[in-house]
Amino acid sequence: MKLNRLAQYALPLITALAAGGANADKVRVAVIDPSSGPFAAVAANWYKSMLMQVDAVNAQKLAGENTIELVAFDNKGSAQESQILLRTVIDQGFRYVIQGGSSAIGAVLMDAVNKHNERNQGKEILLLNHSNADPELTNAKCSFWHFRFAPNSDMATEALTTEMAKNPAIKKVYIVSQNYPFGQAVSRSTREYLKRKRADIEIVGDDFHPIGQVKDFSPYIAKIKASGADTVTSGNWGPDLTLLLKAASDADLKVSFYTYFANTYGVPLALSPASAGKLKNIASFSPNNAGFNGKEFVEGFKGKYKEDFILLPLYNTIAMFAEGLKRAKTIDPVKVAYAMEGIKMKTFSGEMEMRAADHQMQAPLFITSWAKVDGKSVRYDQNDTGYGWKVEQRIEPYVASQPTSCQMARPPR
Amino acid sequence: MPQELTMKGSATRMTMWLRWGLYGLVMVLAPMWFSGGGAIAVMSQMGSAILFGLAFNILLGQGGMLSFGHSVYYGLGCFFAVHAMNLAGKGFIWLPLPLVPLAGALAGMVFGALFGLITTQRSGTAFAMLTFGLGELVFLSASMFPNFFGGEVGLTTTRVYAPQLLGLTFGPAIQVYYLIALWVLVGTLAMYGLTLTPLGLLLNAVRDNAERVAFIGYNAQRIRFASLALSGLFSGLAGALAAINFESATIESLSAAQSGTVLVFTFIGGAGYFVGPIVGAIVGTMMTVLVSGITMAWPLYLGLFFVLVVKFAPGGIVGMLIDGWRYVQRGEVARNWRVLVVIMGVGLTCALSAVTFIEMTYHRTMDTTGDASMVLAGIAINTASWILWVAVICVTAVTGAVTWNLSRLLKKT
Amino acid sequence: MEFVSIAILNGVAYGLLLFLLSAGLTLTFSMMGVLNFAHASFYMFGAYFAYAISSTIGFWPALVLSPLLVAVVGAGVEKFGLRSLHKHGHISELLLTYGLTYIMAEVVQMVWGRAPVPYAMPTQLQGSLFRIFTTTFPIFRAFMMLIAVLMLLGTYLVLTRTRVGLIIQAALTHPEMVESLGHNVPRIFMVVFGFGCGLAGLAGVLGGLAFATEPAMAHMVGGIIFVVVVIGGLGSLRGALLSSVMMGLIQSFAVAIDYSIADLLRVLHLDYIAAPSGIALLDITVSQLAPVLPYLFLVVILIARPRGLFGTRDT
Repeated sequence: MKLNRLAQYALPLITALAAGGANADKVRVAVIDPSSGPFAAVAANWYKSMLMQVDAVNAQKLAGENTIELVAFDNKGSAQESQILLRTVIDQGFRYVIQGGSSAIGAVLMDAVNKHNERNQGKEILLLNHSNADPELTNAKCSFWHFRFAPNSDMATEALTTEMAKNPAIKKVYIVSQNYPFGQAVSRSTREYLKRKRADIEIVGDDFHPIGQVKDFSPYIAKIKASGADTVTSGNWGPDLTLLLKAASDADLKVSFYTYFANTYGVPLALSPASAGKLKNIASFSPNNAGFNGKEFVEGFKGKYKEDFILLPLYNTIAMFAEGLKRAKTIDPVKVAYAMEGIKMKTFSGEMEMRAADHQMQAPLFITSWAKVDGKSVRYDQNDTGYGWKVEQRIEPYVASQPTSCQMARPPR
Repeated sequence: MPQELTMKGSATRMTMWLRWGLYGLVMVLAPMWFSGGGAIAVMSQMGSAILFGLAFNILLGQGGMLSFGHSVYYGLGCFFAVHAMNLAGKGFIWLPLPLVPLAGALAGMVFGALFGLITTQRSGTAFAMLTFGLGELVFLSASMFPNFFGGEVGLTTTRVYAPQLLGLTFGPAIQVYYLIALWVLVGTLAMYGLTLTPLGLLLNAVRDNAERVAFIGYNAQRIRFASLALSGLFSGLAGALAAINFESATIESLSAAQSGTVLVFTFIGGAGYFVGPIVGAIVGTMMTVLVSGITMAWPLYLGLFFVLVVKFAPGGIVGMLIDGWRYVQRGEVARNWRVLVVIMGVGLTCALSAVTFIEMTYHRTMDTTGDASMVLAGIAINTASWILWVAVICVTAVTGAVTWNLSRLLKKT
Repeated sequence: MEFVSIAILNGVAYGLLLFLLSAGLTLTFSMMGVLNFAHASFYMFGAYFAYAISSTIGFWPALVLSPLLVAVVGAGVEKFGLRSLHKHGHISELLLTYGLTYIMAEVVQMVWGRAPVPYAMPTQLQGSLFRIFTTTFPIFRAFMMLIAVLMLLGTYLVLTRTRVGLIIQAALTHPEMVESLGHNVPRIFMVVFGFGCGLAGLAGVLGGLAFATEPAMAHMVGGIIFVVVVIGGLGSLRGALLSSVMMGLIQSFAVAIDYSIADLLRVLHLDYIAAPSGIALLDITVSQLAPVLPYLFLVVILIARPRGLFGTRDT
């Protein structure tokens, strides 16, 4: 991790030098995500995922004649800190920023980037979003300067509910959500989409709880049992998901779980063998996909960093950015942005496209289930548990794709 | 807790003018020395931190009331300011940007009064616990009201809107800096003036001996209540300045972390002195911004520094400076300079080797590139060498013990 | 029927877990009159030490050794950190323990890294103990309840039946008198503080298994522990027990109450008052508030009865 070792603002001279002396071939990208605080470990995994592909891009000249350099900046999980860092990186001549640790920070940065670009023509910067899932960022808040490389939460819900609708055994669904806009959005769209696809499915529960506050999910499990639900769906992440799943297996709750984040860093450690077969997750990627695409990357990552490569959007961010640099034949952000619009590329999950209308990546999604490694359909496990994600269903981009309300203001080419 | 008066002793009129003049002059000239965009952003943030710290110290230093949930007023001021800016931007109200901090101040005062009704019923530890509970309540509830608090994504606004006075758009960061500096000057003057009023003096009296205050005919609870409302007012003001600076408000401004930060900064500066929070805000902000760019271990350094201040220098940095000055004036330096030099030398060595030890440990545990060598202040260090580890630990322990004993010796003479 | 019986069982289990976490805190609080802000950090140390020990020797030795280690650390903190601050008042002591939370969280990250560590449940504690209707109750939870009860009994017996305990109790309310009688009160303080931290460590050994063992774990339980202790009353183990179980039961049942103030108004045919304003506040159901209820109770108790339910010492 190349930490910025210079005092970030104390020496105007260095600032002037850096801004003036930017190397035409070397594209410096600032990564603004937490390197300290509760999400540091997760963010480190993201960073390594990107770094691995950056090394490949540079080695194989996938960005034309340019090389990419990642520089990490610690925003400590704070929106205000992120804004200060943004101004610092602008001072230091960075024209590209990657971020994805939080939709709150993403929205704030997008706003700041928009304002900067508006007030400083010729010195525009691009914001590459590797994971923020709030749909607003490519709808009401959409911006030419922002690109999202991961599915947004509406797309994921669309895919997940399509899958649920196909299963005739599902009759009563219980929704558990964290009580904040993402959780509220998941609950709302789950209800709406299920009603549209299978009006006979009954929503028997829709619970909200404050984020990160619940230590004991057993009352919720008891409630789920009392409601007679056969399926539970939840957008919970982090400890809220881990503890929910733990409580469910402790109480021997016999329902199927459909989740969004069960494959994220650390959650699998809490899963028991009892979850196998009953836990389904929606994700952009599983190493156990048909054909085991990406296995060199997965194995290489594990060998180098001793961690699992989990999130494809991080790889996609770098891959597509490199492609944009190559096609634009320049490192000017405006041209690169136009070059990235509409790119169709093949990566480990199949073909993906950066939709020009809203800069939302359209890519396949996978319904995976937690299963024991058997060497045939499941070869790669997660967190050394001996269990991994088996691909149950591949969902084509058009299924999850959502219409957009984006009305983007575009700069002249 | 040093029971110092917060007034500046027997300063003459001339000295007062000089001090305030210097304060204003430094604020005016600072951007010329540190002119990078990042530097200006940090200094603007420092301005908010200074006001917030001063407001917090009305309770802590002057009133002896430790408030653990003070970020509530800061955060609410921030949110109300953002809403005010949005309303003004749409033309619903007439509020030119320079007056927006008043909206934050008003919100802070109202909520200070509202929550103060509850919290000032008790004092001491009960008060601290009450403020803690209330702070957590507000923070947790905020994410349940996305309409007002913008949920996870927070709220954004723009500070460039009509009516504009004197042709200032406040788009450029430097204009915002001067606006903030002006408000900081006004706020500092106001709060200093407060310490000279009967209410301020009575507050000091309540801190020193609440029972006696009752005997002289004043209601201690009402005094505390009024102080809390005023503290809320200035905290809201500080929050509004942050809102203008970052053009956004997120729930993190209401968090316990924010309350903790202002506490740490104020105490580091010196809660017993009026200028303490100012010094603390500047030093603290610099520590978190500067140091975090250099090392991953910055929370440890901040924590260690804080604990050392609590234990050995409860008067904070200002207290240390004043004690040091008195020490010099008494001629102790002239008498003991040899021992002092030795102590400083040994102490510095101890600090350096401790820092080396900490950095090496962090590198071993958290470095992502997987190799054992690291660079510390330009010197290459091989963390795999156990000899180096033993050496560093021994040096730290020995020099630490020597410093400790020498300073005890010095105190005795 | 199943729901009610399960809810009671869960409520008591969770309540006892809270008691496990907070017993040490109420002890040190009553002793020093100062809230040990770092109590949750000692809990975290307990979990990490237990992880380290159980990876090498085994879980059962860890159950004994880890709390001892944490107690030693706690005693060290008292001797070298807090002792010289007693004369400066409660605020300085509080601030020291507050600063400690930063340091302890960083130390843990320095040694074990930022990611959750794979602290594994021993095989003897896996699986379920019995079944009520269709819900199983895990052995581990029952074990936690057992330890909590043993902790309560043990502490109670030590405090009331042994000589040391009686001295401690006396020092609780009349430290100067006890000192005049010739007892080394500072050492007593150190022992009690260490003991309180040791209890936190014991809670950590189990808590690290129940929840994840990671640097943020102190922060996760910190708030609720204080609430429980203050509501129960300072200096009262009985109060801590009662308030913990009460909180556990309330949270357990509150989750099931899907009604809000708006619903109440509707039932009373008073909904026309609220309807036009559309205030979201009134639509929040009790179940959504369940994890936040403890803080509400804290505020109410501190106003109505600052001693807490059974406190012997005013805050």
